[in-house]
Amino acid sequence: MSEIRESDNVCRIMAELQSLKEAKSTIDNKISLLEAELRDLQNDAANNNELSPQMIYRYSRHLLLPNFGVLGQQNLLNSSILVVGAGGLGSPALLYLAACGVGRLGIVDHDIVELNNMHRQIIHTETYIGKPKVKSAASACRSVNSSIRVVEHQEALRTSNALEIFSKYDIIVDATDNAPTRYMISDCCVVLGKPLVSGAALGLEGQLTVYNYNGGPCYRCLFPTPPPTTACQRCADSGVLGVVPGIIGCLQALEAIKIAASVGEPLSGRMLLFDALSARIRIVKIRGRSLQCEACGENSKFTQQQFREFDYENFTQTPLSVSPLKLNLLPSESRISSKEYNEIILKKEPHVLVDVRPAHHFKIVSLPKSLNIPLSTLEARLPEILSALKKEEEDNRGVVSGSSAQLYVVCRRGNDSQRAVQSLQKLGFTYAKDIVGGLESWAHNVDPNFPTY
Amino acid sequence: MAEIFMFLYSGGLELLCDSKKIHNVNVEQQNGEDKLIMKDLLSWVRTNLIKERPEMFMKGDTVRPGVLVLVNDCDWELSGQLSTTLEDKDVVVFISTLHGG
Repeated sequence: MSEIRESDNVCRIMAELQSLKEAKSTIDNKISLLEAELRDLQNDAANNNELSPQMIYRYSRHLLLPNFGVLGQQNLLNSSILVVGAGGLGSPALLYLAACGVGRLGIVDHDIVELNNMHRQIIHTETYIGKPKVKSAASACRSVNSSIRVVEHQEALRTSNALEIFSKYDIIVDATDNAPTRYMISDCCVVLGKPLVSGAALGLEGQLTVYNYNGGPCYRCLFPTPPPTTACQRCADSGVLGVVPGIIGCLQALEAIKIAASVGEPLSGRMLLFDALSARIRIVKIRGRSLQCEACGENSKFTQQQFREFDYENFTQTPLSVSPLKLNLLPSESRISSKEYNEIILKKEPHVLVDVRPAHHFKIVSLPKSLNIPLSTLEARLPEILSALKKEEEDNRGVVSGSSAQLYVVCRRGNDSQRAVQSLQKLGFTYAKDIVGGLESWAHNVDPNFPTY
Repeated sequence: MAEIFMFLYSGGLELLCDSKKIHNVNVEQQNGEDKLIMKDLLSWVRTNLIKERPEMFMKGDTVRPGVLVLVNDCDWELSGQLSTTLEDKDVVVFISTLHGG
């Protein structure tokens, strides 16, 4: 009885906390919006080119820098910067750009905040999980600096809206996570003549450069041909140490500030390479603008119209949205659903389950009694599968009559398992089947407590 | 014969080459030429260093799209790409472009 009462209490308190937190964030948001509106009105009333006493106090440490000073700060306050992507790179970039006093700061993103973003996307707080990243990021920027204007673009960047959004800003920051979007952003900047601060991070490495600045190269000058899709890894598949995009995002803010304030030498025609594991930073000289470049070259006539019609997904053979690949390589008779596999376990049917994920994935979580043989080692480790099948048959002799052990293959999402079944079938295991949708489907459809990652 | 220092940067290029990012290699010029050029180094890399999936590093006799090559910290586009001359102790960096964020 008391246990039931306790769990009721826990549920009630959690629900009350949740609704209070939501009410609080709505009120906070309203306060910062009203404050920003008030500052806007006050700023408009004051002479725009002179720093108000409050601004002098707020930005005093900038004003004290001989190389930056009042002029640098005024330039910043009169500039507008657009950050595309409020993720690992965009988080620190946006916070610093808001804090330093960029006059108008735009944010483009269409994603929602998820728990597995929190380790690196430090602009978002737990209260915003499940809510749009743009809303979360804008509210954080406003709470750091209510005197600037923060503009929310809660939409996916496409050729249909990019020109209109970009044209309202002086400088573009590419904080996105995929190849087609990077080509699209660069081309749009070329067409509109905007400087582009480009950063990327994956695993324990990062890269940074400034494109299309003062006669420097654009993204296509460096990479006229897109890389093969197998060479484009995603953080969701390959992992990323949270602080690595943080460092690159900070450097992106720095480069954008230098361009906006007209101070120093922006990283154009050079590229910064960051290797976190070995603590190495290298800055290399890259080629200048290519005369043959299809976007910015001498004879290129890449127009706004052509930009609007360009198919970036086809060009890079990669979808613009980050949704993971869903292969369909096998006939339905070579596949079973996670629910069907659950039935097989419940009925104690003799079988071997091979998990073809890499070993470090297997260590995160796995199904009981599954045998980890990573896809890349499958052929070499066939004997292990054979002996597991034989052992399973021996263990079940007399218990289940007549049927031989079945062979099932599972992976994280159900792509590699299909590739594995294809090879297994070629190697003689014609009865091998894969579990559709992999462990993600198991977590969704069979065991909601099974961890996903 | 020249000793070349090779660095493999970003995107897992090193996974194709024994999981090592830094390689000190001794390479001979080919076809009795007296100068060592980048083309010789790449064909040496392909034969001696790349253990798996060569298509992730190379396409034809050059690097695949999306890989930048730097000789002594300078883009090889500026020094003649495959015909760039290499000398003893030169540093060659291969960079696979990243897209993540």
